[in-house]
Amino acid sequence: MGMTISQKILAAHANLQSVKSGDIISVKLDTILGNDISAFMALEELEKIGRPPLQAARNIILVLDHFTPNKDIGTAEQCRVLREFAEGAGIEHYFEGGRSGIEHALLPEAGLVVPGDLIVGGDSHTCTYGALGAFAMGVGSTDLAAAMVLGKTWLKVPETIRINYYGILGEWVGGKDLILYTIGKIGTDGALGKTIEFYGPTVKSLDVEDRLTMANMAVEAGAVNGIMEPDPVIQNFLADRSRRKGIYFTSDYDANYEQELNIDVFSITPQVALPPSPGNAVSVQEASGIKINQVFIGSCTNGRIGDLRVAAKILKGRKADSRIRLLISPATPGIYRQAMEEGLLKIFSEADAVILPPSCGVCFGGHLGILAKGEVCLSTTNRNFKGRMGHPDSKVYLTSPAVAAASAVRGKITQPSSLT
Amino acid sequence: MIFRGKVWILENNIDTDMIIPGKYLSFTDPSFLAEHCLEAIEKGWSNKIAKGDILIAGKNFGCGSSREHAVVALKAAGISCIMAESFGAIFFRNSINLGLPAVEIKEARKRFNEKDMVEVDLEAGKVRNMASQKTYLFPPLPSIVLDILKAGGLLPFIGKTNPNNFPASYLRSTLSS
Ligand code: SF4
Repeated sequence: MGMTISQKILAAHANLQSVKSGDIISVKLDTILGNDISAFMALEELEKIGRPPLQAARNIILVLDHFTPNKDIGTAEQCRVLREFAEGAGIEHYFEGGRSGIEHALLPEAGLVVPGDLIVGGDSHTCTYGALGAFAMGVGSTDLAAAMVLGKTWLKVPETIRINYYGILGEWVGGKDLILYTIGKIGTDGALGKTIEFYGPTVKSLDVEDRLTMANMAVEAGAVNGIMEPDPVIQNFLADRSRRKGIYFTSDYDANYEQELNIDVFSITPQVALPPSPGNAVSVQEASGIKINQVFIGSCTNGRIGDLRVAAKILKGRKADSRIRLLISPATPGIYRQAMEEGLLKIFSEADAVILPPSCGVCFGGHLGILAKGEVCLSTTNRNFKGRMGHPDSKVYLTSPAVAAASAVRGKITQPSSLT
Repeated sequence: MIFRGKVWILENNIDTDMIIPGKYLSFTDPSFLAEHCLEAIEKGWSNKIAKGDILIAGKNFGCGSSREHAVVALKAAGISCIMAESFGAIFFRNSINLGLPAVEIKEARKRFNEKDMVEVDLEAGKVRNMASQKTYLFPPLPSIVLDILKAGGLLPFIGKTNPNNFPASYLRSTLSS
């Protein structure tokens, strides 16, 4: 029996010839990622067992991105603890201040993930790296702590669902629309505890950014990871970024899939996920006209340069409706600089947008742009759970940068094509 | 490991943002987190929970964020065991890792009424509704999971075993089961 990409990566890291779904294995980790929330709690846990020595300090990456720039004294203290830890433990890949951005945008940009890697991260959207052909799964602080100490973890080899996308994408339709549509189809527990393998000619035609957006939201369908076959597009992307070569695994033709699905993308229009679930996808037509108070363009899902270019294309020479707040946050300092050089920030500023620093703040209701009772936000992020971005009685609609920008101009959910 | 307590019933798809919202993630004090646990559903939810009470939920319990604060909050609120139709994958690991048993049981929400007294026997894979006198079976947890729970969580478990053996030491116990 052949193996899938995920099984091959897991077997390689377990030092086994082959693995199959359901096997419980011990694996060596290439990368262990933590942020200011998860790693802080992990250190507290390690404190309780007397701070054992770290066998995997070299593989640890720490990114302070959630409550940064520090929100208040409490978060400043947590960041101080992590800074001192990073210094003491000699963590080479430590990011904060003007070198830090949202972790899942930062790592690919910095070339820190290559195909074939096995990664755990103290953040559920660690699955983003599947777009680069890595097996990457989110964990909590205790698993993170154990991984930091041991450089290993255990896991149960998940079943794989293969989703085959074919057909040509329509105007203003991209990775975000495909993934929202997919979660709408299979449900938020459609891939619970499984791997999704995104496959097919449409996926091959997507650029790296659109692929990252799709893999990012695999967890929203309950998946442990979402993976894509690494190809020349990925190779080109990594060519001048990474010192490591990576291993370009592909799935065998006789690999075993728990389920296979075909999605013809031709009929997919720009999507909006209604609150309070990323699984509530409808076409933008069905949601159009819904009044909004805030629009947010950013996050690990859609805060990359391509996303900002799309938004700028729509916002150029236009202004956000005076009744709404438009917030735009480039996901990393590199993206910020690029946007500056291309004149995108000027377009945003002239459109009356608030340009925010790279940070997770808005996306998880941590700080910056919190919603009041009853307010509605249209957001390019990945979660619209009850109270996600502020008051429990506020609402979040999820969408692409194109729909977000067009809607900012009109002050209500709007089809991008109706503006152009 | 036997747990006895009153049950509280929750819906499907209770996400970790609902269990403890993002604005509280700069706090790690268990009693503070317990105070705000599930407050989006009911203000002061944790006040009605007695130590040892048991949570029953629908499918996909704990989906969403990897925040371990969610488990800390439920535990500190007094919850001794969670039974759900299914769990978010990260939440399940977190729960076991912090020593809070999480058990999958089919149609969990249909089998109990709020405040029924129940008894869960983890090793036997049995739960008894003392009100209806009915017993339901669930697939017993793998021995590795039971071992972690008995130790009180993953880190105490590592502390007890030789860290150099980890995770091989507990893999052996799993594979031999
Ligand atoms: S941008 Fe949002 S979803 Fe992404 S890592 Fe930050 S908080 Fe999580």
